[in-house]
Amino acid sequence: MAEEVLVREVYGKTLLELGRENPDIVVLDADLSRSTMTRLFAEEFPDRFFDCGIAEQNMVGIAAGLAASGKIPFASTFCCFVPGRSFDQIRASIAQPRLNVKLVTTHGGVTCGEDGASHHSIDDLSLLGSLPGFTVIVPADGIETAQAVRVAASRSGPFYIRLWRPKTPLVHNQDYRFTLGKAVTMRQGNDATIIALGIMVAEALDAAENLKGEGILCRVLNMSTLKPPDKVAIIKAATQTGAIVTAEDHLEHGGLGSIVAQVISSEEPVPIEFIALKDTYAKSGTPAELLKRYGLTAEDIAQAVRRVVKRK
Amino acid sequence: MAVSESGELGSVTSADNVKAEVFSSFAEAKSLSVKQMQALAKRIRRHIISMIGKAGSGHPGGSLSAVEILTSLYFAGLRHNPSDPQWSDRDRFILSKGHAAPLLYAVLAECGYFPVDELLSLRQLDSRLQGHTDRTLTPGVEMSAGSLGQGLSFAIGVALAGRLNLKDYRVYVLLGDGECNEGQVWEAAMAAAHFKLDNLVAIVDNNGQQIDGWNREVMNIEPFGEKWQAFGWHILEVNGHDITQLIQAYRQARQVKGKATVIIAHTIKGKGVSFMENNPDFHGKAPNAEQVEIALKELE
Repeated sequence: MAEEVLVREVYGKTLLELGRENPDIVVLDADLSRSTMTRLFAEEFPDRFFDCGIAEQNMVGIAAGLAASGKIPFASTFCCFVPGRSFDQIRASIAQPRLNVKLVTTHGGVTCGEDGASHHSIDDLSLLGSLPGFTVIVPADGIETAQAVRVAASRSGPFYIRLWRPKTPLVHNQDYRFTLGKAVTMRQGNDATIIALGIMVAEALDAAENLKGEGILCRVLNMSTLKPPDKVAIIKAATQTGAIVTAEDHLEHGGLGSIVAQVISSEEPVPIEFIALKDTYAKSGTPAELLKRYGLTAEDIAQAVRRVVKRK
Repeated sequence: MAVSESGELGSVTSADNVKAEVFSSFAEAKSLSVKQMQALAKRIRRHIISMIGKAGSGHPGGSLSAVEILTSLYFAGLRHNPSDPQWSDRDRFILSKGHAAPLLYAVLAECGYFPVDELLSLRQLDSRLQGHTDRTLTPGVEMSAGSLGQGLSFAIGVALAGRLNLKDYRVYVLLGDGECNEGQVWEAAMAAAHFKLDNLVAIVDNNGQQIDGWNREVMNIEPFGEKWQAFGWHILEVNGHDITQLIQAYRQARQVKGKATVIIAHTIKGKGVSFMENNPDFHGKAPNAEQVEIALKELE
């Protein structure tokens, strides 16, 4: 069993390191710094940490003003509030003026579980993916999280990084190097490709392992950079494996599945199946119960692969 | 109003011979008297009418109401250098009511940020002068705007950065009164007080109207001064068409320590053009050719 880590704790620790390295790093939160783990930065750099209270729209605007003044602001809260609560502020105060703001939010997807539908962020990738100039990253584990946060700090321009609540297994080795805009081939295979992001990468790897026994060899791509998408890797997967399954902890429309479908339909049409929430909000439950209820497990992915391979 | 108009500004005179206090090398070089600034304000009104008339669309009412506010600020309040728009020590002006873009463009052009001739390109394809402000295109424009209620939050970020960077620049932001319907304005008002931002000045163009009519009928914002006071701001109220009072208010705001200042500037929407004054029809409608001619004649 792979080691399990809290990606948000990795985020907090990485912010703290960045804070020590670069005095221009500043951090904002909206009264959730203990959950997002920005508290780790706040304790060492109280003058560079701004708790904006429960006012996400204002937090986004303040971050924009700091960015326009040469700071590198990281603004954090839960994914359901940024972007959900503050979408126009993100569009008008960050995306359109092209400001160097990093939105790193936690508790994405359905895995904040028992809090219920109000706290399940299942449309954030669709919202952020719609904004010209935004880079959208969903790391697959703690190792990738640390590197993605560092890349966001080092590149100019608006970034959105989606993290989540529970501990999840490491899927990368310690020597893994994240490259912005490059999908990562996690496993080779030529019968079908599973393209996944975030917590679904681990599920995809389990599915691929299970399918191996049936003689179906799956390629697994980690699309940690959702926007801009790695079109080359997607087209190559379509050409070489002839069938694709996408897997995301998000609504079916507007996220990974939509982006991959758009790329292959215009470049290399092949059968595709989508593992995602089907036009529904989820209920309260444990993360494992919800992943099962809404069809987001390794077994659901494996079944989708069996279906898509038949359609080749 | 419980916040008295006579209290804060009792000693202000409106004599035309009061010289603007010099805050910047730019203002010093210009060294305009109040009378000269009044003449400049009239010229800026003419620009606004010509620009919006030529564009065939735009927002004359809320541009005309704030002419003296921006003229006095740019020519006697703001530390800035039109030949170096990114000067790191400059005072920042942020237009939150982005539909008053024609006014800001006219003032920036008169300062020398770009040629006055360029003003007539307003709203045309590939113009640097977009319908609402765009910080990526126009020299001197600090922030994009157009979706209301966002400028004060941005200004807080700029003010906090100034404090962190040990800069003594000041941050001014112009809000509309109708804009204060937006909840984000009050999130920001709370935060500016919490962060004790005495380098921040909000100016409200209190012309009493919004698109659908009078504020009091669409969405009553009163008691207005009391709201800001309750949120922890220092309040100044002025006649927003009186350049001397405005300069005095900018000066007084500098003396306030430990809190942000709001200048509630009482204005008339469409000021200076008889048929636009207090007429909500001209919030977001361009004058036709005949109306442009009449307006320009009135502004001679």
